[in-house]
Amino acid sequence: MGYQLTKTQMDELFRELSETYDLYAPVLMKGEGCFSETDVVRYGKVTSPDEIVWDRKSDYSYKETLLPINETLFYFTEDTASVPQGPKRDRLVFLRSCDLYGVKRLDEIYLKNGFSDYYYARIRERTKFVLMGCGTPCKSGFCVSMGTNRAENYDLYIKPDGELGYADCRCGELEEYFRKAGAVEARVVPDYAEENREQVTLPKKLSNESFTREIWNEYGARCIGCGRCNFVCPTCTCFTMQDVFYRDNEKAGERRRVWASCQVDGYTDIAGGISFRKTQGERFRFKVMHKIYDYEKRFGYPMCVGCGRCDDVCPEYISYSNCINRLAKEEEE
Amino acid sequence: MGMDINTKKLKKNAFRVSKERGIGAARIRVPGGYLDAEILGMVQEISQTYGNGYVHLTTRQGFEIEGIRFEDMEAINKKLQPIIEKLEINQEEPGAGYPASGTRNISACIGNNVCPFANYNTAELAKKIEKKVFPNDLHFKIACTGCSNDCAKARMHDFGIIGMTMPQYDPSRCVSCQACIKGCRSLSVDALRMENYKIVRDTEKCIGCGVCITKCPTRALTRSKKKYYKLAIMGRTGKRNPRLGKDFLVWADEENIIKIILNTYRFVKEYISPNAPGGKEHIGYIIDRVGFEEYKKWALDGVELMPETILNDCIYWDGIHFDNQGK
Repeated sequence: MGYQLTKTQMDELFRELSETYDLYAPVLMKGEGCFSETDVVRYGKVTSPDEIVWDRKSDYSYKETLLPINETLFYFTEDTASVPQGPKRDRLVFLRSCDLYGVKRLDEIYLKNGFSDYYYARIRERTKFVLMGCGTPCKSGFCVSMGTNRAENYDLYIKPDGELGYADCRCGELEEYFRKAGAVEARVVPDYAEENREQVTLPKKLSNESFTREIWNEYGARCIGCGRCNFVCPTCTCFTMQDVFYRDNEKAGERRRVWASCQVDGYTDIAGGISFRKTQGERFRFKVMHKIYDYEKRFGYPMCVGCGRCDDVCPEYISYSNCINRLAKEEEE
Repeated sequence: MGMDINTKKLKKNAFRVSKERGIGAARIRVPGGYLDAEILGMVQEISQTYGNGYVHLTTRQGFEIEGIRFEDMEAINKKLQPIIEKLEINQEEPGAGYPASGTRNISACIGNNVCPFANYNTAELAKKIEKKVFPNDLHFKIACTGCSNDCAKARMHDFGIIGMTMPQYDPSRCVSCQACIKGCRSLSVDALRMENYKIVRDTEKCIGCGVCITKCPTRALTRSKKKYYKLAIMGRTGKRNPRLGKDFLVWADEENIIKIILNTYRFVKEYISPNAPGGKEHIGYIIDRVGFEEYKKWALDGVELMPETILNDCIYWDGIHFDNQGK
């Protein structure tokens, strides 16, 4: 059902929702960017629409609301282990169309890839998604090229518009909040990006033969292996395990899983001091091939959703989207 | 009729007596070295009208318009007026040029307007200090530099203000990638290590340069809301005993630094040698003469430091002494 709300009703709606749900949305973290007097937009808890950054894509994706950067899997003592409790409240996660397609990728890996991951599932089950519109598409995204510009499977769509607000509610459980806030019914269609400045053509003939292309060496020489592209990515799902033995009593501790990056040293290290992808070029190749080839081979659709965050964050100005276009162009030649 | 010019007045008015008789140079101070490009055109016009068409970019980030004739000084001062106004220089008499030259232009590195390493807006602070100290005939050199790289050579100044930031660490965002550790080791002082997969900062070693923060890929490390500064004092070049400034305050705040600078003006007025040539004596020599303890008393008058500020109680300067052949 679609609704129109006044500003006061919007505020009331958020207040009421906050009573039941934890609301996670893109928030401006002032002064917390890389450089002096720069900001970062990343996910935080909110209770009002004014705290949310509506007009700019978040620098870091929604991913950390479903998959904590550090998650304790269990605590152990000498002879027992205990699993920490999951989230105590349901949550609403505000995100854009490309990111909602990203959730599908996370689900694929954590719920449908052989077995369901207990930790991911218990957060995911309690999460509903609130779509944010893309009336003015972002500069670096290429969601139209990736077919991720028009997400339909949202629970709620919300758009503040000056003194008014619009919503499209597709979740029965949330309808009552609109009645309570006194919203009037209206026809509301989400703002979708119809066209992007960035357009990407996927290469069609990638194979293991592609491993030897010169392009990887070129990017390898530029990449510094910081992993930012992975950490901002709404579809990267890799983690590593850390067993922590408390310093004042090494008989107790915890096992954590922590985000990992295929670009950072240590990712392919195994026992015996062996490391598979030693050069930055090999790692870059792996990432690109995984996003547009390996994943698709297995699940039938590309992993990348075209949000463009990796392009925005790279300190060496490596454009992943340009790399894909170059690969496609090389095939033509 | 011979040329009758008061060279002392001329120098105070920011002109220079050159080695060529009758010819001088006009000096334009640009606090923080930061200016509207429009001023470049004004400098050009003065140079081409009254000078020899050449301008020296001074080591203190001003302009020195070469080859001007002393008889044109008044006309040049009129032409300098829009520059002085645009740069918001404190002035006693409009149209009369710069009112003093003893306290040197406050210089600054490019700062956080542009530089990824800088921890604050250096030009803004330079201008703020300029407003408080200028015009003044005492020989003070002050520089603002964005980080411990010290591109502004702040340690060669009486007061070197070096930007710092207190790293804020959120372990729940840390992925143990060690980019901060590697960055600190290769670019700074190696103050970070990993314990139980989390970062430990050696607070004794950390110089607050902020490199770790720029390297962090997840925003686990961020800047402190408060801006911090290191105040290095009594560095100098010169013929007798050039030396690097030493840290007086570490993790200090802007207001107290300005207070200390103003207190130092009072100290110098009290203790400057009556025989100082041109009324100028390096502050460091005055401190050498009267003792650091006495200086400290004056400098810290009315100063209430923040709890985190480290005050170095004793400072000994070394530097080069020529009485032992520079050894």
